[in-house]
Amino acid sequence: MPFVPDSVETVLRDLLVDVLGVAPATVAAMTDDTPLFGALPELDSMAVAGLLTEMEDRLEIIIDDDDIDGDLFETFGSLVAFAKAKVDG
Amino acid sequence: MTARAHYRTFPYDGQDEHVLCLGEGSARRILIVPPLFDEMNRMRRTLVQAMRVLAGHGVTAMLIDLPGTNESLAPLEAQSLAIWRTAIGSAAESLAASHVASLRGGALIDDGAAGLPHWRLAPAKGGVLLKTLLRTRITGDREAGRAVSEAELRAAASAGPIELAGNRLGPAMVADLADAVPAKLANCAERRLGEDVAGAPLWLRAEPGDDAAMAEAIAEDLDRWSAACDG
Repeated sequence: MPFVPDSVETVLRDLLVDVLGVAPATVAAMTDDTPLFGALPELDSMAVAGLLTEMEDRLEIIIDDDDIDGDLFETFGSLVAFAKAKVDG
Repeated sequence: MTARAHYRTFPYDGQDEHVLCLGEGSARRILIVPPLFDEMNRMRRTLVQAMRVLAGHGVTAMLIDLPGTNESLAPLEAQSLAIWRTAIGSAAESLAASHVASLRGGALIDDGAAGLPHWRLAPAKGGVLLKTLLRTRITGDREAGRAVSEAELRAAASAGPIELAGNRLGPAMVADLADAVPAKLANCAERRLGEDVAGAPLWLRAEPGDDAAMAEAIAEDLDRWSAACDG
């Protein structure tokens, strides 16, 4: 397994900066409860496509269409939980 | 004095395809192969800024429009990576290029000019680019109330041109992208963004942007690399 569980969160924080262009300070301050889709203007439906592909590439996981529902991007915590489950699974 | 851009053309398949040129130097003439599709749109401004800086250092930089893109009269849906590879070869010869620099998906076709020294920034795999294009289409369709699956899109793509992220791609292009990886080249300097060259992955963003510092970083690296190549 290429990733230690703790570093999944770091990869995701880096992704939010890289793909969405969110300020590093904003991303560093995110907690599990921080709302994403609907609250973060940079995360609109078109940005989701790029984010998902980069997640796959950097975490070495596959994300199916079926995996994607409204809750996935609800909070930073829900995104991290999803990614960790994929990496471990 | 800021270098002035001028256009040249290179012949390909009966068309004269555009090349944006900056710089007058003849010793180093770098053919720039841009990222593909929507990534090209997002990077273009920063790329041209980098070319301006290079021109100031006496390097000629030539940014080609691939057949079927921008103002090209050739239809995009008739293109494929194989065709684009041949076009790169044509361009390199016609423009007397001494070096080739590619970014992202440009690395999938830059072996069309295999004999020259190559530089690649953040080379991308075709499958990854295609996946994002497909996802963009699916997301857009969902927003409009149409549910389409990736499997359905891939099947449609093999039967005829499909529109992905505003690009009408033919079956050969989609098939090429699915399997394409950057070719192994003998003389190729690979650069990773953030490590070798400072900057943000503007090609991933939803909106086009520009980054003057990144343009400088790209230009400085290309200047150093191309000068060292000449030994």
